Amino acid sequence: MIPAHWAAQGPGVGLNWNLVQDLRQLFEFHFMVNAFRAGTVVAVAAGLLGWFMVLRAQSFAGHTLAVAGFPGAAGATLVGLNPAWGFFAFCGAGAAIIAAVPRARAGTQGAGFSEESAAIGTVQAVALALGFLFVSLYHGFLNGINALLFGTFLGITDAQVGVLVAVAAVIVLALAIGGRQLLFASVDPDVAEARGVPVVALGVAFLLLLGFAAAEASQITGSLLVFALLVIPAATAQRLTARPAASIALSVVIAVAVTWLGLAAAYYSSYPIGFFVTTFGFAAYTLAQIATHRAGGRQA
Amino acid sequence: MNPLAGIAHMLGHPFVRYAFVAGSAVAVAAGLAGYFLVLRSQVFTADALSHVAVAGAMAALAFGVDARLGLFVATVAVALGMGLLGPRGRPDDVVIGSVFAWILGLGVLFLTLYTRSRSTSNSTAGVTVLFGSVFGLSRSHALAAAGISAATVGLLLLIARPLLFATIDEEVARSRGLPVTALGLGFLALAGVTAAEATQVVGALLLLGLVAAPAGAAQRLTTRPFRAMWLSAVLALGAMWAGLALSYAAPKLPPSFAVIAIAAGFYLLAALGAELRPQRER
Repeated sequence: MIPAHWAAQGPGVGLNWNLVQDLRQLFEFHFMVNAFRAGTVVAVAAGLLGWFMVLRAQSFAGHTLAVAGFPGAAGATLVGLNPAWGFFAFCGAGAAIIAAVPRARAGTQGAGFSEESAAIGTVQAVALALGFLFVSLYHGFLNGINALLFGTFLGITDAQVGVLVAVAAVIVLALAIGGRQLLFASVDPDVAEARGVPVVALGVAFLLLLGFAAAEASQITGSLLVFALLVIPAATAQRLTARPAASIALSVVIAVAVTWLGLAAAYYSSYPIGFFVTTFGFAAYTLAQIATHRAGGRQA
Repeated sequence: MNPLAGIAHMLGHPFVRYAFVAGSAVAVAAGLAGYFLVLRSQVFTADALSHVAVAGAMAALAFGVDARLGLFVATVAVALGMGLLGPRGRPDDVVIGSVFAWILGLGVLFLTLYTRSRSTSNSTAGVTVLFGSVFGLSRSHALAAAGISAATVGLLLLIARPLLFATIDEEVARSRGLPVTALGLGFLALAGVTAAEATQVVGALLLLGLVAAPAGAAQRLTTRPFRAMWLSAVLALGAMWAGLALSYAAPKLPPSFAVIAIAAGFYLLAALGAELRPQRER
């Protein structure tokens, strides 16, 4: 994942007690500046959409969409395209397929056969299997498989950052327009429908946006660890406050903080970024659990 | 070519025979466990187990013990842990998601430790865990996998009837004195064992297909519980056999891909068939 070139980078990199110098070192290389730009953009998009995803209890769908990016990137590499296109194409297609499956109603969870979970699980396995097929058809790419699945922050180009910013802008704009209605439709679909909110259309649009956000995030954290940015910040934020606006903002802040910390830690150590991002995120989640437990449910 | 002669020729290779022995037992176990996972809306739990299996196997490799030990310990422990954490043996999505994201992160760490401690030629070990290598099973591994899967199948069949009752109507089952919580935990432990076995055949990342697709197809084809349960096992077995044969005939296709693709094909056909004749069912 983070291969031997780390050692080749020489004595310039190393943590010491001078914080200012450490920070300057962190941004010394252009690839690291780009990593921070890309990571920030990705974290904002993931924190926003992840919040709605957790609210709508669509974590499984979100994970599946994230995984769909893997065959996309592998397939694009196989035919010689930019992997970013593969990410977005497959995540979008995955969202369309999942949207075609009828949603289980929230109240009936566990009380019988849920078509939704079986279908989503199948989509996910097929996506991973396809990705594996593409990778094995493309010989020599086998070492890149770990970067696709578990993330890398090396070699992000200016053009890639541009694409990430553009997609994130679309996501933020769409949420700014439809966020309030989406919130209504997520919290109480029946009443929202009666009030004339297009609940079904909103659900489909949300899945598409979620697919794009997952595609963005998987370019940093890898397909398998997108959850670290989609679920954990949102779950932590919803644990800490029940007010939607504050909770959404908190979710974004946590996602960005976790990403920055993860990037810095991965830069100064020799361990993969996926490990650090998930660990910092999980630590935040655990702390929030303990804190609210101590508070004795006053928040609820 | 005569198809029978072709099959005989295929089964003439020991590695193919081992793959079929291990694959068949694992497929039946996955089909049965999958039926209940789908019925209990716990497919996401299986998803989490598959990711935990990665971390367990990687940790075992990093510490230099048999990968299977790590697999079993990790999947069964996490299955039980999730059962205890969640309300009445059914953990909710957010808890599962947060925990398994972190565990998978640990798996990445172990993978890094492993590939760095050994020579670089070992970098494909991670791929084997993730996507399986059924044609690479040795005789003893195949027999062990088949034996453990067969035991799992036996236990699942033993608790099938009360588990079904507890799944469909929990309140009534509880009032009749059924140990609903214990059943749920026991089932999750068996699902953990199945996940660990399936990891060796189709890989940790693809076992979800073997669990979800045949069960989903069976549910579409019949609404009678026990018939659906058996149908799920038969479909999983069929997908396994056809997938292994297809991969043997076309070596470019990895076996785990072929198995999952065929299982998903069954589900798609079943769903389309049910859509086309909506009245006569149920």
